[in-house]
Amino acid sequence: MIDFGYKIQTDRQIDYDSNDRQILEFVRRGEPSIDWCMSCGTCASACTAAVTTEYSLRRLIILARRGMNREIVESVYRCRFCGKCFNACPRSVNTRNIVYLMQLAATKISNHEI
Amino acid sequence: MKLEGKRRLWQEYQKDIATDKFFYVRSCVRQNFFPAAEQTFLRILQQTLGKTVYENPGHTTCTGIGYHCDVVPLNTTMTVVARQFALMTEAGYENLAVSCITSFGLYTEILETWHHFPEIEEQTREFLRKATGREFMIPKNLAHASDILYKLRHEIAAKAPFRLINHITGEPLKVVEHIGCHYSKMFPHKGIGGAEYPYVLVGLAEALGGEIVDYPERRHCCGFGFRQYVVRANRGYSLSCSKKKFDSMEPYKPDLIITNCPGCPYFLDRWQYVVGEMEGKTYGENGHGIPVLTYEELVGLALGYDPWDIGLQTHQVSSEPLLIKMGVPFDPSKKYAGKKGENIGRPAKPGTLKIDMDALHIHESILTS
Repeated sequence: MIDFGYKIQTDRQIDYDSNDRQILEFVRRGEPSIDWCMSCGTCASACTAAVTTEYSLRRLIILARRGMNREIVESVYRCRFCGKCFNACPRSVNTRNIVYLMQLAATKISNHEI
Repeated sequence: MKLEGKRRLWQEYQKDIATDKFFYVRSCVRQNFFPAAEQTFLRILQQTLGKTVYENPGHTTCTGIGYHCDVVPLNTTMTVVARQFALMTEAGYENLAVSCITSFGLYTEILETWHHFPEIEEQTREFLRKATGREFMIPKNLAHASDILYKLRHEIAAKAPFRLINHITGEPLKVVEHIGCHYSKMFPHKGIGGAEYPYVLVGLAEALGGEIVDYPERRHCCGFGFRQYVVRANRGYSLSCSKKKFDSMEPYKPDLIITNCPGCPYFLDRWQYVVGEMEGKTYGENGHGIPVLTYEELVGLALGYDPWDIGLQTHQVSSEPLLIKMGVPFDPSKKYAGKKGENIGRPAKPGTLKIDMDALHIHESILTS
């Protein structure tokens, strides 16, 4: 391969028709309130784990909707299940259950169970 | 967008195009990219259609590339353009035919500026007077060369012995048309068909029997964008734009790409080689690329000009598969022959992209597929 001194840049466009939304579908079946989320970020601002890590539930839900599962798996295990996000959510989304189901889905995907 | 919608849209964007007596201004980069394209345009108009076209060897670059790269100030650009108009006026012509899309966009932009700010026009006249002692008239008609071929498309089609139809299967060839951004994205009413889906090359290809491919990234820029290729570190952006288009058009299996810009055919042609070298990917049939033609080359082919006279050997992607489909006769042994028959040298073979040196194996593969 020739080194031209520049590269093809990966397209960052999200293709909603072809992306893999297995995690979103799995969570939605167990916790339909995920669809109430309006990405306001209150959960992320109340989050204990976010103090010391880049963890953000708001981001996780957006990633699930985009089908960016690899990024979810990298981040979802940082939650300590303290439940402050659940208390803070203005739309009463069951955030703790969402994170639990995301972790479960990530495990099942890695075990080829779903 | 549905086709009916496009047709309705196209009707709203029409413009007057002169049909004879042109003052022709060439492009500074096209003569390096595809050296015979402009000569082919002159041959079509002067020899085949019997039109009057005059060009003054004293005309210069329009400074468009320098202007868009921020190295030439607008006042200088306007004075240089005013000088081109002065040459046209002195030669007694009123219709300006522009070879380059960047120049066409720039002329349009300057004429619009002068229309809205007459004091700037007066200032430019003063600059030109001081610099050269010349005076100029505003062109009565400003048209891009592709506009003119569009306007004369039925006349051309009537004289064309070859059409955009696969002469083996009888099916229309699938044509990807790509319009330079500066044709009408800045001033939609100055382009045939507007900015979203310009009709200029669609009309030309349809008149020659081709079928237009309506693919998702049809209106995406080719990536030429002056700053992107001038600076080497930015060329990845340019390449990525073209690749995005190739990936989008590939499923439709286009037989050729036609363009009306200096940069688009160059990059759509050359980047196919670079993508091949970087990722081992090719977009045409049997490891070939998709042939990329300028509008003059396409019309020249249809009119039966020798493919090597119109410069198709200077393309990175081999045009032979297209020639065979159209039924255009060509002599493979003369591909790299100069005007007097001398050998002008052969390019090195790319690692991935299959190019044709002798055309014979393409003959066999296409006829048997």
